[in-house]
Amino acid sequence: MNSLMNIEDLSIQYGSHEVLSKIHVQIYPGDYIGIVGPNGSGKTTLMKAILGLISPSHGKIEFSSHLKKKRIGYLPQKNIMSDPLFPAKVKEIVSIGLLSQKKFPHFFSQKDYDRIDEVLARLEILDLKNNKIGNLSGGQQQRVLLARAIVGNPSLLVLDEPTSAMDPKIREEFYQILKELNTKDKVTILLVSHDMGSIGKYTQKMLYLDRKVIFYGTYDEFCKSSEMTQYFGQFTQHQFCWRHSDGKCCWTHSGSTQV
Amino acid sequence: MENAVGLILEALKYDFILKALLVGSLIALCCSFLGIFLVLKKLSLIGDGLAHVSFASVAIALLLSASPLLVSIPIVTLASFVILKLNEKAGLHGDSAIGLVSSFAFACGVLISSMAGGFNVDLMSYLFGSILVISNMDVTISIALSGVVIFTIFFFYNTLFAITYDEEFANVIGLNTKSMNYLIAILTSITISLGIRVVGTLLISSLILFPTVTALQVSKGFQSTLVISSLVSVFCVVAGVFVSFIHNLPAGATIVFLNAIFFVLFFIIKKYSKG
Repeated sequence: MNSLMNIEDLSIQYGSHEVLSKIHVQIYPGDYIGIVGPNGSGKTTLMKAILGLISPSHGKIEFSSHLKKKRIGYLPQKNIMSDPLFPAKVKEIVSIGLLSQKKFPHFFSQKDYDRIDEVLARLEILDLKNNKIGNLSGGQQQRVLLARAIVGNPSLLVLDEPTSAMDPKIREEFYQILKELNTKDKVTILLVSHDMGSIGKYTQKMLYLDRKVIFYGTYDEFCKSSEMTQYFGQFTQHQFCWRHSDGKCCWTHSGSTQV
Repeated sequence: MENAVGLILEALKYDFILKALLVGSLIALCCSFLGIFLVLKKLSLIGDGLAHVSFASVAIALLLSASPLLVSIPIVTLASFVILKLNEKAGLHGDSAIGLVSSFAFACGVLISSMAGGFNVDLMSYLFGSILVISNMDVTISIALSGVVIFTIFFFYNTLFAITYDEEFANVIGLNTKSMNYLIAILTSITISLGIRVVGTLLISSLILFPTVTALQVSKGFQSTLVISSLVSVFCVVAGVFVSFIHNLPAGATIVFLNAIFFVLFFIIKKYSKG
């Protein structure tokens, strides 16, 4: 299968400080990848490089011909609750996601407004479309920003710590929506998160960074890797694997155990 | 009441009042259209900074016996680019960059007027605004440039909104955020240069700030903020011109005073409506 994105020998430096070193990763259509790592490991830097917000110091990121920049959806980490005075309605915010497909002067048609309603209905926030974004809860605001990210039918969706402002119930619902986007709509998803439990539970692959790639592959590969047992210790490796299997099975390279 | 209507009708017989109403309303529209982007991008002080620069540019124009409007537009635009570059390249915070450029330009203006002498009265009329001296050429240029500002904002509205809300996201989806920031700087420079004739270099930034902040008290959406701030802005200019004529007050200060009253009123409405 042809890859959607090919990250080759990517290094990024801030001054003399190397944040990412010699990253080699291939991402395929339909992948759902959790990007994890300790603070300062380069997760957000890698994501920004993929989005074109940071230029590599060395190496390159190649996109397949059918994934143009315009077909990338992005859900940023910051939440807009920091500026409750910003005068924007939900439908106005979501409309921004369609701009990349519009030619100058970027005016919207009735078809665009129908598409906005369709996405809002899918995320169960259609009734909020005329509400001011600053008056919504953190979870509702993240759904609005997800609607903005997916309204343009992206092939690739990049999310940076999307659930940091959510309570556990809303967080579960949010991950269910992402799962549906991945399985039904075949959207490739890159999810940066500290939420190890949900990463392990929902994503198909894990990219563990600590300035370089420590591990990239499926959970099955991770759980059976003796290198990872050595790197993380058996207990931590076991925790990842247990979460991924939804608590039904835990297995490490030292042997599988049915619980 | 009849007396007030009579005085307004009498005011409309004067050519300079008609010019002030026309130019003032157009500038009010430009300021409110730009104000929403500048205030929400936390760049509202750029209006104040560029107004200080326009003081220096007027001093240069008077020294050269040239049109203050035509000299101001390129100088103020250049200053706005310097502010953006200091912010981008030198890593200065926006407020520091504005402070550096505006105080340096104002000092230049004071030095020029001090050394040249002879045109301090003219310069004072630009400091506080003077609707009496709006020439026909000023009117023509104002109509043309206001049209450029208003139509540019109309055509770039959705892009400017996207950048104002979330510049990083706008970058990701391929919008040219850098060009748009320079476009806002150019339009602001033109508007400031046009506005100093009516309200003066010391008060022009209030036309950018007040109507938007007033509208923000009650509006829910971006478009409604734009509509409310435009209505408030134009009303304050029109009413300010008449009040200043009737009571023999300076027009610029009267317009700003009315804007301040509207802000307090809208603030009270917001508080009252929240119960």
